[in-house]
Amino acid sequence: MREISITGGEPLTRKKTALSNKILRELNDLKRKYDNERFSLLPALYLFQREYGWLSAEALEKVGEILGVPKTTVKSVSTFYAMFRHKPMGRHLIQLCTNVSCMIMGCERLTDILKTRYGLGPNATTHDGRFSFLVMECIGVCDIAPAMVVDTDLYGNLTEDSLIGILERYE
Amino acid sequence: MNSAGNVLLRNTRCQDPACIDDYIREGGYRSLRKALSAEPGQVLDEVKKSGLRGRGGAGFPTGMKWSFAAADPQMPKYLLCNADEGEPGTFKDRVIIERNPHLLIEGMVISAYAIGAASGHIYLRGEYAKARDGLLQAIKAAYEKDFLGDDILGKGARFHLRLHLGAGAYICGEETALIESLEGRRGHPRIKPPFPVNEGFSSKPTVVNNVETLANIPYIIEIGGDAYAKIGSPECPGLKLFSVSGHVNKPGVYELPMGVTLQEIIYTHCGGIRDGRKLKGVIPGGISTPVLLPDKIDCPMDFFHLQKAGSMLGSGAVIVFDETVDMVKVCLRTAEFFEHESCGKCVPCREGIGWMRAILDRINRRDGCEADIALLAEVSRNIKGKTFCPLGESAATVVQGFVEHFMPEFEEKVGSR
Repeated sequence: MREISITGGEPLTRKKTALSNKILRELNDLKRKYDNERFSLLPALYLFQREYGWLSAEALEKVGEILGVPKTTVKSVSTFYAMFRHKPMGRHLIQLCTNVSCMIMGCERLTDILKTRYGLGPNATTHDGRFSFLVMECIGVCDIAPAMVVDTDLYGNLTEDSLIGILERYE
Repeated sequence: MNSAGNVLLRNTRCQDPACIDDYIREGGYRSLRKALSAEPGQVLDEVKKSGLRGRGGAGFPTGMKWSFAAADPQMPKYLLCNADEGEPGTFKDRVIIERNPHLLIEGMVISAYAIGAASGHIYLRGEYAKARDGLLQAIKAAYEKDFLGDDILGKGARFHLRLHLGAGAYICGEETALIESLEGRRGHPRIKPPFPVNEGFSSKPTVVNNVETLANIPYIIEIGGDAYAKIGSPECPGLKLFSVSGHVNKPGVYELPMGVTLQEIIYTHCGGIRDGRKLKGVIPGGISTPVLLPDKIDCPMDFFHLQKAGSMLGSGAVIVFDETVDMVKVCLRTAEFFEHESCGKCVPCREGIGWMRAILDRINRRDGCEADIALLAEVSRNIKGKTFCPLGESAATVVQGFVEHFMPEFEEKVGSR
């Protein structure tokens, strides 16, 4: 068994309630980088999600207000994309690939463990808020199937035992 | 670096692939210098002569695509790199970007020069966090060394490059959906014509090329179009990256000449089927290409021969199934994928794939009946040819491929056998 871990990317941040001035400044800076303000919509949504962990109705409204895009349009765009989250997530995000390559290499045994050991079904969060489990389409690491990303750490060649061992490191 | 296996995947030993000095030391950015000392039309001619066809899946001749955009008098023009690698089974573009980001940047600057584009975007899959970090670092370094900017290498050429992240939508790999997404909208494909080469990003002439396509450009400029055209299959020459996964002993990305057979890929390069088991079937180009039976594995892997064998090269993502695999289940999972990823714009795709998934689900649960197999075929027929983009078409073709090739398994599950 080979276990691979790559760390990088944005950290999942804690959920804050009020929109900070800092983020509003960043958003204003961002929109100036684009010839057309509308083109900065996806980066703007990323910016808010990075800051708050998810996109609240308030956040979507604010993005629309600053970019001059109707709030219904912002919601329509935001909900089109799987990576934008519209409800609060657990402290750690388990993103397990279940597409064909991972399926034939045994990812179903892993989803079973999430269910039996952590009571965690697809696209749900544990009662203690420790984990959220997102079912992923192909995450592009099929050579180390079955694979998952926890927060921003990639793990491959997973077995029942290695899955449990890995998850125990995330409190 | 001139042999197969070491062009697109070079730099693999570097500690830090984004390090520009290492790349330059290995001969990097030399092709850019060479290109900039020629006329844009000459660069375009070399690419035309090379016979290079798009590596994203559709296989459109790259030189021809470029010439349409180059010939359009409207300005400005844009070059977009499609790095939204979402086709299940595919991971080659990630490997190019992670191991060799400067190769992509060099390819883009040369391409932009040939078509007359002064700015471009890389639309990278949102899930590729590591690739994103390396690419950002590489773009910054390329600006510092004047490989990007307003006066590239002091030769007056101008190209600005920006990274844009996708957000988890398979459909954005379709070029017009990618443009919609880049413009801040839902990733709904546009009707064609007008084609992006005339009316693309910001309604201006736009070339959208896959990562691997662009990564081939520096090598074509280095050795010349005629020499490149001699590599691999005469019908569609060149180098190809194959992402191999599933039940082989050595899965991974392999750089091989176009036209290598599936037999060679599976048994010579990937060490055969795990645990000495028998091959049951193989998907040659990602899950939107129909499955092939073992009797077709002597088929050369290129756009031309795979089509004759009843499938497609697609992205070159080879998924290998051994004898233990339940093909009805694989078929169901494929339909679930397409249902999830249908953008919802065209009714036959949005509704039809949902119905196919529902039928497959009951067949798989052994709740189906014999008529369900015929119903599945009827739904497929009603999707094909009735949608804006190829997603619905692929779903229907792929599901029918599984049913036709593995009919006894479907029949067994509905109890007619």
